[in-house]
Amino acid sequence: MTDITKLTIAETLGGLKNKQFSATDLTKAYLKSMEDNRDLNAYVLETPEVALAQAAQSDAHYAAGTARDLEGIPLGIKDLFCTKNIRTTACSHILDNFVPQYESTVTANLFNAGAICLGKLNLDEFAMGSSTENSFFGSTINPWQYERKLVPGGSSGGSSAAVAANMCAAATATDTGGSIRQPAAFCGVTGIKPTYGRCSRYGVIAFASSLDQPGPIAKDVRDCAILLKSMAGHDVKDATSVDMKVPDFAAVIGQSVRGMKIGIPAEYRPQGLNEEMVGYWDKGIEMLRQAGAEIVDIYLPHTKYALPTYYIIAPAEVSSNLARYDGVRYGLRVDGKSLDDMYINTRSAGFGKEVKRRIMIGTYVLSAGYYDAYYRKAQKIRRLIRNDFIEAFKLCDVILTPTTPTTAFPIGDKSMSENPINMWLNDVFTVSVNLAGLPAMSLPIGLSADGLPLGLQLIGRAFDEETIFKTAAVLEKEAKFERLK
Amino acid sequence: MILEGKTGKWEVICGLEIHCQIISKSKIFSGASAKFGDDANQSVSFVDAGMPGMLPTLNEECVRQAVKTGLGLRAVINKYSEFSRKNYFYADLPQGYQITQFVHPIVGEGVVTIDLDDGSTKDIRIERLHIEQDAAKSIHDMSPTKSFIDLNRCGVGLMEIVTKPDFRSPEEAGAFLKKLRSIVRYLGTCDGNMNEGSMRCDASISVRPLGEDELRPRAEIKNVNSVKFAMQAIEYEAKRQVEVYENGGEIEQETRQFDATTGTTKFMRKKEFANDYRYFPEPDLPPLVLSDEFIEEIRRNLPELPDAKKVRFMETMGLTKYDASIICENKEVAEFFEQAAAGHDGKKVANWLMGDFFAMLNRKNLTIENSPVSAENLGKLVELVENNVISGKTAKDVFEIMAESGENPEKIVEEKGLKQVTDTGAIEAIVDKVIASSPDNVAAYRNGKVALRGWFVGQVMKESQGKANPQVVNELLNRKL
Repeated sequence: MTDITKLTIAETLGGLKNKQFSATDLTKAYLKSMEDNRDLNAYVLETPEVALAQAAQSDAHYAAGTARDLEGIPLGIKDLFCTKNIRTTACSHILDNFVPQYESTVTANLFNAGAICLGKLNLDEFAMGSSTENSFFGSTINPWQYERKLVPGGSSGGSSAAVAANMCAAATATDTGGSIRQPAAFCGVTGIKPTYGRCSRYGVIAFASSLDQPGPIAKDVRDCAILLKSMAGHDVKDATSVDMKVPDFAAVIGQSVRGMKIGIPAEYRPQGLNEEMVGYWDKGIEMLRQAGAEIVDIYLPHTKYALPTYYIIAPAEVSSNLARYDGVRYGLRVDGKSLDDMYINTRSAGFGKEVKRRIMIGTYVLSAGYYDAYYRKAQKIRRLIRNDFIEAFKLCDVILTPTTPTTAFPIGDKSMSENPINMWLNDVFTVSVNLAGLPAMSLPIGLSADGLPLGLQLIGRAFDEETIFKTAAVLEKEAKFERLK
Repeated sequence: MILEGKTGKWEVICGLEIHCQIISKSKIFSGASAKFGDDANQSVSFVDAGMPGMLPTLNEECVRQAVKTGLGLRAVINKYSEFSRKNYFYADLPQGYQITQFVHPIVGEGVVTIDLDDGSTKDIRIERLHIEQDAAKSIHDMSPTKSFIDLNRCGVGLMEIVTKPDFRSPEEAGAFLKKLRSIVRYLGTCDGNMNEGSMRCDASISVRPLGEDELRPRAEIKNVNSVKFAMQAIEYEAKRQVEVYENGGEIEQETRQFDATTGTTKFMRKKEFANDYRYFPEPDLPPLVLSDEFIEEIRRNLPELPDAKKVRFMETMGLTKYDASIICENKEVAEFFEQAAAGHDGKKVANWLMGDFFAMLNRKNLTIENSPVSAENLGKLVELVENNVISGKTAKDVFEIMAESGENPEKIVEEKGLKQVTDTGAIEAIVDKVIASSPDNVAAYRNGKVALRGWFVGQVMKESQGKANPQVVNELLNRKL
């Protein structure tokens, strides 16, 4: 038998149902893979006891014929999701010993569907970053061309690396400005950021509340569809979650895209864009045309403002959301002579450089005298960006773009560490989607000349993930991308 | 109030901000109990404690209470309102921000009519009412080196009510606080207990020479937590400001603290050292949109408010404006009165209520809810006097018995044989006896010493053990003397 950790969720569920292997066998295989690949630093906490206990329950469910949708599927959980009685840190020193007494809604949904928790995955501190280099636990290494020590992307770099290296069947992730899609692209795996409000944010440690959205990173399009169905749903504990029926996303896979209109935004083809990327984008367009879709030019004229807008709104929310990490009730405390001293000492020691940078930017843009010039203006542009998409979706059903401007870059890349703007440019194709609250997927389309994965992004209308899945499945079939073995 | 200074007359300008804790089962953004008086840190949810990943959800009951209060303040209800975050660091603020309403409050402009001691009324304009969460409580006196935090209060719903600068004297501010307390208690939206902190007040005060139009810089006085303190603080602060101006100084906008032990205000901070709260829209809560049906349903179920009740008591129950104001200030008193007066003379019931009845409650240190004398029995007592069954004097004795035993007055009168004698024959016999036994006084009376009249009445009443109907006694004495 081939290595069962290389199977997709769809294949794994088949194997479990047909008793080709047990959930316990499967879990042990993944735990072994985690051990073998520890040098990737994808997991910041392994939970073998929890996993094996859950696996035993799953086996009992299979034996009793009461298997649930994800029965026995071993998952890695981004360490931004609070997991009851399991240390949750957001990969920040300020929370490095925090054990929540509650479970996030998304992980609760997954575990209630029979999924298994293998451990907690690395990320950029509080999900701020595009490389996982901002993790208190150190960088994750991209499993592609391990010897080159490339970043896996971020912030969900632990998730994308673990999925790519078969250290879990799939992983939870979150996306605030591209944190699912960019790492998925860098690691040659598939990830979808659902529509804002599709998945509950309850128990997901907040980065920027109006932009954050949990979603899956998985081995292929179908696995994303299967996972999203279990993750999504209305939650009374999150006032921004939307009360809508969750469709069976996987049901659209295999449907034809004939007659569908694919929007190609002119603004996503700036001068100097990586030629290989442009080549794969054109290839993707051609695949869809061949499949019977109509290609239409669209315009998203405010795209050039998206990145600066994002880097005002997200830090503004950060500066407020992270105020609770003050050393008073939980997490790190560094004492001081007065309450203010204790705050300063704790937060100076507890937060990393990028988090501090964003807290300072956010505090500044909300300050008296600057609010109108920055935050209020950014909110207005955000509305214009959203309107751009509304107009565009009058002309097309789904939008196809590159996910990132480049392939994975080396850990410690000087141009990024010396100038944070270069790091932020990783998000140039992804942030608009968060500002507009839309769903978008990244799927691998091919390898660069030096053998690294490149991804394409599909953007859909709000709450129309189905069109994305349908289109993505066609591209996936044509691209014949080979995952790491 | 006009202050007489060395340089001339000064006018006091004052506005109030009142925080009212909303009566609701649970907190405004979490499911934890909002009950007062639990053991420390017992009514705390993960949301209240500001745990990572926790999100606020809006409690509809608190929204309903705010709308109800807004209607009670005859204010505009805003169908669209928004929540904002007010950011600052303090140990009793677990999230590092307070969820409040800033640009778009749930309630807009309204008006409250206050009753002044001289019998006049004045309309005080309400600027706005918004809803927000309360902070936790810091306890600094349990240890010399540590502060303790009780999170029970953290997240309890508050209504912040802001008035226009319409007060011109401490008395007006005091009358407003009493009226507001009365309104929220009638509505059941806040218990109005300033000493327990469920209603808290800040006052903004400035002065200007009488006749000047411009408003001068104001001082904001924090935590004037009783009607008396509010009045004291305004008076002290206004005088202080006049003195500063008259000595050639200037008042700058600043925050001051009222010291209840000395009745003075002391400097806290200048405006430029105030926190920059960095308000921005709360991304975890969508805007609050109210339907017409929601508002109308609350409007339909509004209880009668003190002003309306006062007018009704004056028009249909014969109360004076003064009596009606006093009786209507407290909902329980008004309800007690209405029950007691049913079918009886309202004015007489009011006299009893405000006289012996209140004196008895005060003496026994009881609230009206715990009164041993029921409304029904008080009504019956008035009825007994009305129908000449007992005299007013006997009624006072009966009332004392009622206050001890809670008994029905009819039963007391019956059992103790206190029924008034109205039988003319029996009283005549006593009158005759008194006249016959004191010929000297009779002679003196007839010679013009009319003051002796009272002595004769007294003798007759004494002989009858107080049961003789005074009217009959008087008639007989008229005839026989």
